[in-house]
Amino acid sequence: MGVTQPQVAVAGELRESPVVRIEARRGWLALDLPELWAFRDLIYFFVWRDIKVRYKQTVIGAAWAVLQPVLTMLVFSLFFGKLAKIPSQGLPYPIFYYSALLPWMYFATAMQGATNIVVDNQRVITKIYFPRVVLPIASVLSGLLDFAISFGVFLIMMAYYGIVPAASVIWLPFFLLLAVLTALGVGLWLSALNALYRDVRYVVPFLVQFWMFASPVVYPSSLVPAKWRWLYGLNPMAGVIEGFRWALTGHGQPPGILLAASSAAVLLLVVSGLVYYHAVEGTMADVV
Amino acid sequence: MSNIAIHVDSLGKRYRIGARERYHTLRDRLTGALTAPSRWFSSNSAADSAAGPTHFWALRNASFDMKEGEVLGLIGRNGAGKTTLLKILSRVTQPTEGSAEIRGRVGSLLEVGTGFHPELSGRENTYLNGAILGMGKKEIERKFDDIVAFAEVADFIDTPLKHYSTGMQMRLAFAVAAHLEPQILLVDEVLAVGDLAFQKKCLAKMGEVAHAGRTIVFVTHQMNQIRRLCEKVIWMDAGTIRQAGPTAEVVGAYEASMTSGIAAGNMDRGEKMRFLNWEILEPRSESPHMLTSLGPVTIQFAAQVTRPIRRGHHGIALFNMDRQLIWGWAKDDVDLDPGIHSFTYTFPMLPLRPGAYTWVVSFYEAGEMLDYCDCHPEMNVATQIYQHAKDEWSGILNIPSELTIYRNDVQDAPASSISMGDTGA
Repeated sequence: MGVTQPQVAVAGELRESPVVRIEARRGWLALDLPELWAFRDLIYFFVWRDIKVRYKQTVIGAAWAVLQPVLTMLVFSLFFGKLAKIPSQGLPYPIFYYSALLPWMYFATAMQGATNIVVDNQRVITKIYFPRVVLPIASVLSGLLDFAISFGVFLIMMAYYGIVPAASVIWLPFFLLLAVLTALGVGLWLSALNALYRDVRYVVPFLVQFWMFASPVVYPSSLVPAKWRWLYGLNPMAGVIEGFRWALTGHGQPPGILLAASSAAVLLLVVSGLVYYHAVEGTMADVV
Repeated sequence: MSNIAIHVDSLGKRYRIGARERYHTLRDRLTGALTAPSRWFSSNSAADSAAGPTHFWALRNASFDMKEGEVLGLIGRNGAGKTTLLKILSRVTQPTEGSAEIRGRVGSLLEVGTGFHPELSGRENTYLNGAILGMGKKEIERKFDDIVAFAEVADFIDTPLKHYSTGMQMRLAFAVAAHLEPQILLVDEVLAVGDLAFQKKCLAKMGEVAHAGRTIVFVTHQMNQIRRLCEKVIWMDAGTIRQAGPTAEVVGAYEASMTSGIAAGNMDRGEKMRFLNWEILEPRSESPHMLTSLGPVTIQFAAQVTRPIRRGHHGIALFNMDRQLIWGWAKDDVDLDPGIHSFTYTFPMLPLRPGAYTWVVSFYEAGEMLDYCDCHPEMNVATQIYQHAKDEWSGILNIPSELTIYRNDVQDAPASSISMGDTGA
C-alpha cells in the first residue's frame, strides 16, 4: 500500500489529522517503522493472544515448554551421545544438547508458527487494515516465553552439573537476537508464500528436519572441515547455536568466521523477506 | 467544517477471475513457470494491465469528495462495488489504479467482532478487538467500563466468549467498535445482523456519531436506514458510480430502477405451478410496487399452472428487510386448473412503517413444494409517517391516530384534540 504519511494518530488521542494517501503501491520500500511503532500495542496483543490461547487449549500448558526440550535432550544424550559417541567439546551430554536445543526449538517453533500466521488470520486480514508485517513479528516474539521457561530449566541443569557461566555469557542476548531475526526472516518468506500457495505448510516440517541436521544441534561444528566453515555458516542457525553453546558454557571457540557468515546471511534473509512480504502484502487480502 | 475529509480520484480495482483457485499450489506455479517463464514475475505486478477476459473490474473510475462531517450512503445491488470501495478506503486492499486521500483517523467496521477468539474471555476479547480496530492499550482501559455497560455483558465479562449467545457477542463487538471514536467511520452492512433491539441500539449510536460531526461512509441495503442517516448517497452499479447526490433524489431513482426489473433472480422454480409477478392494484401510484397511502390495499400475484392441482396449500408472508416476519397466512384445499391465475388480496390497510418489504408466496400439493417465491422487486412503503421521530420509539407499525385530552373532574370543560399527522418531536 503506497502510503505517505507524516504520522498515524497516536493511539487514543485525536491529534492533528494525519493524511493517508491510498494508491497502487510502487517501489521496494519494505518497512514503515513509524507506522509499525504506532501499532506496537497490536503486536503486544497478538503476542498475548497467541500465548494465552496456546496455554488455555493445552492440558499441561506451560509444561510443554519444559517437556519438549528435556525429553529431546534425553533422547539425544542417549543415542547420539552414549551410543554414537559424538564429541561434545568436553561438556556433559545433557548440557551439550540442551544448550543447542534452546535456540533450535525456539527457532523451529517460531518458524512453523510464522508460516501459518497469515492464513490463520485471514478473517482479520480481509476485514481490517493494519501493517501486515505485525503478524510474523508477533508470531516470532510469542515463542520467547517458552524460550524463557526452558531457559530456566537450563539454569537448574547448570547448577546440577556445577558449571559456572563463563564471561562470554554477556554475548547471549546478541545470539538470541540473531535467532529471533533468523526466525523472522524465514517467517516472512514462508508466511507470504503460504498465503499464496497452501502446500508450503506441508513442506515446512521437512524443512525443519533437514535444517536441524544442517545445524550443529547433535554435533559440534568443529566436525565441519575448517575450509568449509564459512559455507556452513551461511546457515544462520549454525552461528546462533555455536554461539549459544559458547556463550553459555565458555566451551568451544567463539564462532568467528562462522558468526560473520551467519550474521550476513541473517541480514540478507530479513531484508529479502521484508521485500517479498511487502510485495505480497498489497494483495494479501485478495488472495489469502 | 468545510475541509475535505475524503478525496477519491478515479479509483479502480481489478480482480483476476478465479484468482483464489489459480496457482493454488506451488507445483502448478512451478510447472507454469516452466511453460511460461515470464508469468512467474508478472502475476502480482500491475504490469499485465491488458485486462483480458480473465480479469474484471470490481470498481472503476470512482471519483468523489466528502467534506468533514458528511454522512454518505453507498447503495446498489450485490456486487456493484460498494464493499470493494470500502475495502480500498479502509486500506484492507489496495487499488489497481487511481488514488484516494483521507484526512483523519479512520475507523472501519467491515465486520462486527473481527478477531474475536472463542477461548478468550469477554474482557480479553475487548482488549484484543480494540487493538485490532486501532485503539491503544491505555485507550481501551479508559473506555472499558463504558464498553461493557453499552454491551450489557458486565456479569459475563470474565466468561470465555464461547459461552456467550450470538446476541451477546454482537453487542460486545459493536460496543467496542462504537467506542473507537474515529474522525472518519467506514461501515459495511454490519447493522444487518442481530436482533431488532440490537439494530436499533446500533442505529441510535450511529446517529449519535453522525451528529457529533464525524464523517461517515455507510453501506446498506436498507433504504430506511439510508434515509434516516445520510444526507448524500452514491448509487453504485457494476463497479461504477451511477448516480450521486442528495439522498431523496438518488434513493428514489434507485428504487424506481429496482422496480422495473420484474421477477428477476428467481431460478429453479416450480414446473407444475409458478408465480410470475406481483403488483399493487389499489391504490395506484407511480410504481406498481410502491405503497403510498394508508387506505385499502389490493395486491395481486399472478401464477401459471401447467397441470391440475388438487387440494393444494397456499401460503403468503410479508417480511421486512431485517427478514423479520411481519405477517403470515395460509389456505388449505385450493384446487387449480391449468392456466394463468390471479391471487388477489385485499387489505383494509397495511399500516407498515416506511421501508422495503418482501412478499413471499408459496404453493404446496400433498406436502410437496410446487413453488416458493421471494417476490421481486420489493414492496416499497412510502406512506406518510405517523410515528415517533426517534428511531428507538418508532416501532413496526405506522398508524394514524387521534389523541383527545379532556378533564374528568370539571363539567363541560373544552376538550383539546390532537391529530397525529405532524407530531413526532
